[in-house]
Amino acid sequence: MPKVTIDNIEIEVPDGTTILQAARMIGGDVVPPAMCYYSKLETSGGYCRTCIVKVTQGSAKDPRPMPKPVASCRTPVMDGMVVQNRTAPDLLEARNGVVEFLLINHPLDCPICDQAGECHLQDLSYENGLAKSRYEFKRREFDKIDIGDKIKLHMTRCILCYRCVKVANQLCDGRVHGVLNRGDVSEISTYIQNSVDNDFSGNMIDVCPVGALTDKTFRFKSRVWFTKPMDAHRDCKKCDGKVALWMSNNEVLRVTGRKDTYGELESWICNECRFDKKEVSDWKIEGPRKIDRHSVISQNHYESLRQLKIDVSKQKNIAEKAHQDNK
Amino acid sequence: MYKDKSEVVFSDDASALIQKIIRRYPDGRQKSALLPLLHIAQAEFGGWLSAPVMDKVAEILNIQSIEVYEVASFYSMFNLKPVGRCVIEVCRTGPCWLLGAEDIVKYLEKKLNIKEGQTTADGVFTLKTVECLASCGTAPMMQIGQTYHEHLTCEKVDEVIDHYKNNTEGTISHWSKDKIKA
Amino acid sequence: MSRQLLLEHINTPGIRGIKAFREKGGYSALEKALKTMKPDEVTEEVKKSGLRGRGGAGFPTGMKWSFLAKPDGVPRYLVCNADESEPGTFKDRYLMSHIPHSLVEGMIVSSYALGANTAYIYIRGEMLYVYHILEEAIAEAYEAGFLGKNILGTGYSLDLYVHPGGGAYICGEETALLESLEGKRGNPRIKPPFPAVKGLWQSPTVVNNVETIAAVPHIINMSGDEYAKIGIGKSTGTKLISACGHINKPGVYEIELGVPVEEFIYSDKYCGGIRNGKKLKAVVAGGSSVPILPGEMILKTPTGEPRLMSYESLSEGGFAGGTMLGSGGFIVMDEDTSIVKNLWNFTRFYHHESCGQCSPCREGTGWMEKILHKFMDGHATLKDIDLLWDIQSKIEGKTICPLGDAAAWPVASAIRHFRSEFEDYVRNPEKIKDIKHYYRLNNLQPVS
Repeated sequence: MPKVTIDNIEIEVPDGTTILQAARMIGGDVVPPAMCYYSKLETSGGYCRTCIVKVTQGSAKDPRPMPKPVASCRTPVMDGMVVQNRTAPDLLEARNGVVEFLLINHPLDCPICDQAGECHLQDLSYENGLAKSRYEFKRREFDKIDIGDKIKLHMTRCILCYRCVKVANQLCDGRVHGVLNRGDVSEISTYIQNSVDNDFSGNMIDVCPVGALTDKTFRFKSRVWFTKPMDAHRDCKKCDGKVALWMSNNEVLRVTGRKDTYGELESWICNECRFDKKEVSDWKIEGPRKIDRHSVISQNHYESLRQLKIDVSKQKNIAEKAHQDNK
Repeated sequence: MYKDKSEVVFSDDASALIQKIIRRYPDGRQKSALLPLLHIAQAEFGGWLSAPVMDKVAEILNIQSIEVYEVASFYSMFNLKPVGRCVIEVCRTGPCWLLGAEDIVKYLEKKLNIKEGQTTADGVFTLKTVECLASCGTAPMMQIGQTYHEHLTCEKVDEVIDHYKNNTEGTISHWSKDKIKA
Repeated sequence: MSRQLLLEHINTPGIRGIKAFREKGGYSALEKALKTMKPDEVTEEVKKSGLRGRGGAGFPTGMKWSFLAKPDGVPRYLVCNADESEPGTFKDRYLMSHIPHSLVEGMIVSSYALGANTAYIYIRGEMLYVYHILEEAIAEAYEAGFLGKNILGTGYSLDLYVHPGGGAYICGEETALLESLEGKRGNPRIKPPFPAVKGLWQSPTVVNNVETIAAVPHIINMSGDEYAKIGIGKSTGTKLISACGHINKPGVYEIELGVPVEEFIYSDKYCGGIRNGKKLKAVVAGGSSVPILPGEMILKTPTGEPRLMSYESLSEGGFAGGTMLGSGGFIVMDEDTSIVKNLWNFTRFYHHESCGQCSPCREGTGWMEKILHKFMDGHATLKDIDLLWDIQSKIEGKTICPLGDAAAWPVASAIRHFRSEFEDYVRNPEKIKDIKHYYRLNNLQPVS
């Protein structure tokens, strides 16, 4: 079994393990962020480039460093490999660059986005983003469309992670949506008016790292941080029936799959459980669900926000002073 | 316009050619024939690919329609909207641009009284600009159908346009019609 | 005139057909290889020749061939990359349309060496007329018994097909090309695995450029050692250079690697000097992706030696002081050329051709184009130069495939060598239309 060292921590992993998987085995700060990789979807990953790491030693056999940062989600570990993530400032700088690229055309409409509070892009930009955008041009826009009667596609927010396409390829029989056009006008679309109709299509919502695919039965019902997540299950013929209910005052506002630390579903759930079972009586409730993924909301970053306010007022003072000096 | 794919019928020659091309790829890999088939479809059905035509291609290759839409929209040679009988594609990149491609485009816009991306009112010409066509030594240049028109000057553009205006035989496609024989 | 191999018979009447081609010695390498050599011996000759990939990367061809995995019972493929789309490059189209059999023969000999029984030529869709020329040549080769089952009674069988692309520069990247050949969008694959292990339809595959493959029969005929004597140092053999831009005699020239750049630009044998008696300003020596160099730097290396047309000499000085031979697309710019505007044109190209798969290239190329547009509109600030520099540095090396680097290098080199011209666009926006003022303002003399 190969041994790999990530940020000075050594771990032995099975053959074929990727750097990202090895880092997840270590856990904590060592784990690079991932916006497109999804361990349960084959061939996912490699596109967003947020999980890049620096390989300072390729392997024990060939200790040369790799010339460029590599996508940790798609690079297998070699015995004796040495990897830097949080410990390499130039790598963090490069990752900040990737995050900036992901954000320049993102609408930043978090205040009206259902994904806010559980959005991976929000978390990512909080940790790796600039306070102010350097992009001064008009952002790309697309029309909102319905793909099926239960799913809303808001392409403007999409970061083209390809996860939903892989769900359709690997979970559903027959795919009607895909990536059209190319370059920065690429879009997820059905091309002609078409509806994604399949027992498992709702999982596209859960795998979407941003607010591009949202649940129409939940849209604008509540901010997620005002709902209480509960583990619940039911006997279901199509899936294992293990879900998370997002409740408010004994009302089921939303049903999703159960997500792990990395925001990945523990199991795929069917559309009947997701969209049609909205009564408390439909479910056997197990108890409150712990949301352990760090996010802007769940981490209580209000302290830092207060800090930010002070900074803003400082800047305001400086600006006023400069204004007066100019007079 | 076709209502759906059942109305889309390839000519006998095209059908035979399509089957010949599909056989070039191993069993189960018939999707590989998609790009050549889209060229042939564009030549057969008016220089552009409507959804029913793409659905028909999907049916022939036994793949899903979205797989065809994804591919057709990726490559720049496929027109997903109706075009004129002759699509003029002027190279706008690097060496052609150094040697006056912009002036050629401006001249064509004035001469045809359309803007880049538009089609003339009589439906004869569509003006497109494209990226490098590997004809940099004979710049500036443009392509109509499969033909490269090189060393362009305003006079040469006049000649070419007159030629196609007076030559009224159907759509001029990239896959030349006389090459649609198995 | 230096040694001619690929283009030696370019002016022979009827050389497009098999009859004239054979009269000039065509298909003799095929007979020699198939009848007297083992496949590994062919590979060995190619290794000895020192032939390097002519598509742009310059990777040793023999070494690439030796990486090909050969598991039992799995087909292997040779795919020719004829998706010539690098701005400034037109040698492959020239070679294929004039002497198609040189590629066909090269494909057969190379396939034999690799143990491939099916091979494809992926030609860019815009060159459909060349597609038909190649189809005719292949039909002639089948008829002559050079293709098909049991070629010349040797027991070796090969089927060769042409496959057209659909218009996408990215398909010149070998894994995007394979995706495209499989009937998919031209999205480059994530490596590893490399095509030599899992390529076309997940089978071991070698992808080589047209010119590389066409050189193989010459190597077999003259032996690898003899071929290695042509050229200079590790730049062996001859190379097709596509000369274009502001020169008197644009065209495809076959040079023996090692010709001085100055001779190539000014001699009547080649480019014949700058058009209209103008002076040389800059050169992009290996297709639009390689760093641009000012006139004085392309003629002389940083140590003051005359620069040569070779892989090593052109890259002498690294990225700060050198460039690359690349695909051999040699774009010459005269004193009136605006580097900023030219850069905008190139950047628009990369923006248009980005496949959109990975974020730095998808978003970064468009951003750079928009900023460059600001320069041309006269709205740019000095900060925009630094921003451009920063963006290109964040694209370079962060993408799935080399298109990101190809988009970043022209920006980096233009700023590195012509920063004052960018500044001038900021300071004197009213004069943007008249670029000669750049010299007057800076009291510079263009290089003669």
